[in-house]
Amino acid sequence: MRYVRSFGRFWWNFIVGDDWRVAAGLAVAFALTWLLGRNGVEAWWVLPVAVPLLLLEAVWREARATAD
Amino acid sequence: MSHDVILFLATFLASAVEAVEALTIVLAVGVVRGWRSTLFGVGAATLVLGAFVVGLGPALQQIPIDALRFVVGALLLAFGLQWLRKAILRASGYKPLHDEAEAFMRERAQAGAVAASGSAQIDWYSFTVAFKGVLLEGLEVAFIVVSFGATQGRLGLAAAAAAAAGVLVVVAGLLVRGPLERVPENTLKFVVGVLLTSFGVFWGAEGAGVEWPGGDVAILAVIGYVSLVSLILVRVLRRRRLAYRPAGARA
Repeated sequence: MRYVRSFGRFWWNFIVGDDWRVAAGLAVAFALTWLLGRNGVEAWWVLPVAVPLLLLEAVWREARATAD
Repeated sequence: MSHDVILFLATFLASAVEAVEALTIVLAVGVVRGWRSTLFGVGAATLVLGAFVVGLGPALQQIPIDALRFVVGALLLAFGLQWLRKAILRASGYKPLHDEAEAFMRERAQAGAVAASGSAQIDWYSFTVAFKGVLLEGLEVAFIVVSFGATQGRLGLAAAAAAAAGVLVVVAGLLVRGPLERVPENTLKFVVGVLLTSFGVFWGAEGAGVEWPGGDVAILAVIGYVSLVSLILVRVLRRRRLAYRPAGARA
């Protein structure tokens, strides 16, 4: 059980890392891209909009925490 | 053609960064505790990594290309954003720069503090630390090689880029016989973060059914766009940090 847990933790850290909010935001952006595309709406812009927003939120939060 | 060059460059740079980190660990342990068991650890980890690439690469090529691009794109994007976030925080001064010389000294002190076994036996400390260091750093390289190579059907090219980076770093490490502190690792990490994020955006969106304006050339625009956004974020954060510094520190 301990090995299963540490195996899971390794992959979580590898892919999600220490900020799960970014990964969750990406999941939403991908879902929106897929949904728009499925309904015939141009969706190439979704990820280029989502990436700066997610980055900004993540670095700003960390910068504020460091400054405090 | 341009796709091949970018793919080679991205894989080469990402692999070089990981190779520097792995080599720092191996050198520190080898110098303090001897090379025999350390090199056994390196060899064992290399075999595991090779099996991973050889086993997973062809298997991935059997998956429909759109599904593969979607999964690989999403993973690369999640992975790339982690690198980019940390690189932006380092470049703007909110996170200390990664220092290979310091990492080398720390690893060396730890290795020296553990009692060594007899010279004829395997030194399990050296073996384990070298194996773990090479395997963990190498797994990131293998992930990038497999995802870049399989998505573009250019596994050989991606593997060649990683191998070239590994050879270059090892030769440089042997020549200087110490930590590769002169490698501009933080700048490399920034560039790699931009490239991984850009490929993640491009392939992830394609896999989700998007057609990029301009077709494949759009990857260049995406790279330029992600670079610009990252540099703007660095600039904004730097200004913020300077503005919040105490008056005495600014003088």
